[in-house]
Amino acid sequence: MSGKLFSAQSVAEALNCLKTEIPFAIWETFYVTVLSTALAVVIGLPLGVLLVAGEKDGVLPLPGWLMKLLNAVINLLRSVPFLILMIMVFPLSRLLIGTTVGTTATIVPLVVAAFPFIARLVESSLREVDPNIIEAAASMGATPMQIITKVMIPESVPSLLSNVTIALTTILGYSAMSGIIGGGGLGQIAINYGYYRYKYLVMVVAVIVLIVLVQIFQSVGTALAVKSDKRLKH
Amino acid sequence: MIEIRHLCKTFSSGEDRVDALNDINLTIADGDIYGIIGMSGAGKSTLVRCINMLERPTSGQVLLDGRNLGALDQAALRQVRREVTMIFQQFNLLMQRTCLQNVCFPMELAGVKKADARRRATELLELVGLPDKAGAYPAQLSGGQQQRVAIARALATDPKVLLCDEATSALDPNTTAQILGLIREINAKLGITAVVITHQMSVVKEICRHVAILDHGTVAEEGLVSAVFAAPKSEAGRRLVFPGRVDEQVSDPRDQSQLRIIFRDSRTTSIPLVAWLAREQNVMASVISATTQPIDGETYGGMLLSVNRGELAAALDFLNAIPNLTVEEVTDLVR
Repeated sequence: MSGKLFSAQSVAEALNCLKTEIPFAIWETFYVTVLSTALAVVIGLPLGVLLVAGEKDGVLPLPGWLMKLLNAVINLLRSVPFLILMIMVFPLSRLLIGTTVGTTATIVPLVVAAFPFIARLVESSLREVDPNIIEAAASMGATPMQIITKVMIPESVPSLLSNVTIALTTILGYSAMSGIIGGGGLGQIAINYGYYRYKYLVMVVAVIVLIVLVQIFQSVGTALAVKSDKRLKH
Repeated sequence: MIEIRHLCKTFSSGEDRVDALNDINLTIADGDIYGIIGMSGAGKSTLVRCINMLERPTSGQVLLDGRNLGALDQAALRQVRREVTMIFQQFNLLMQRTCLQNVCFPMELAGVKKADARRRATELLELVGLPDKAGAYPAQLSGGQQQRVAIARALATDPKVLLCDEATSALDPNTTAQILGLIREINAKLGITAVVITHQMSVVKEICRHVAILDHGTVAEEGLVSAVFAAPKSEAGRRLVFPGRVDEQVSDPRDQSQLRIIFRDSRTTSIPLVAWLAREQNVMASVISATTQPIDGETYGGMLLSVNRGELAAALDFLNAIPNLTVEEVTDLVR
């Protein structure tokens, strides 16, 4: 470690970085995280619905082999470490974005890593819906699609919101890792600017900003989940 | 009219097979309030779910106005489920919707225009006595109020039949009486047939015209409530109408015999039976339990006596000679 953490020079550098680099890095991290989560929800939500509805005694039973395949693929994607996954999806990034480096290119591995996770979270949320309510809807002549869109999903909105918040903070962590493949954002500042150039205070500042971001996401998500839950007497 | 013909339902998982329903035959007339009563596990809930095909019968038929429901495809069945609606023990309201939205729900499923659905839902909430709860969420209501919303919801599609699956079992006695009153009112006003599933005799007595007693998946007996209560013909019927419970402390099965006695009219009920037994036959009987039930102006009674084994024959002879009185030795006591 060259020099002290709080030497005059390192504090000046950190302050400078805080003014010039960090604001844009926050934006990049925010944009990558939210966009990746949104895209992962678009893929993960229907898969999560299938995991519950497609079961043998679900509302829309699917062939057993299909369910086994779906489960196996999700488990497989979830078991690859993100660092490795980032590299493995290079061909896909090139195909979709045209490049494998840069901020936008990191969205591809983030989505690939996050959608199976979100599918599992959606699955657990939907399983919380009281089966008696689903039976009641069936007794009123609801089609399987109506049960999914008008009962299962709306009834689990509070739980879905808390779970998407969990996903969001996890993806925020992953996005910081993607600094390694040239993705922008706070992760890149912490690693390239701070760690590799021995400017540890910059690294610490970047990490603190990440912590604050996670806190904000989590608080907002929890507040939304609680506010949306009509089971609680207000 | 609902006709249930030779209905059987077997649940099987792997090697295990459970015969939940076995050759059920019932006819439920239009406009009736028909009770189906039985102990837990007698098959009541399965039977009611076979009526709207939430459970597919293993064999047998359910005919609604002559239509065989088992032969209908899914789309036709969904149509039938608007005519045969259901309320539940746990109300099963959508917790994230307001009461008004809950009542609108079946109409939404059926594709009724939103404005029309809201108008009708408002009327229905008025009918069930909750006009001021339209904007409230179910969690803000009491159990009785939630069941009223559920009833309004069940009426939204103008059904012919209302299936009530233990609809008052989660409610206190006062609220139960109110909900039963509402069901009776709906039956009288709108002519909707009600099928009432319950394990409570009091519910059947309160509102049903006909009753079927379900025991181990079969119909033990059925008929007018007054007739079944006055003289239950089946063992299951007698157990339900005049429940007898015996503690081992009260009576030692080794040297004591238990007798179940049913008085089939008011005059018999007023006989000082235990005193007669002692005076005429010198049989010392102890009363383990005794009840009376007023039905249609008559009072019916039941009693569980314990006598010494040696005196059993004398007691039976004496009691059998009394008209309008049923007596039997109890060997399998309900605990």
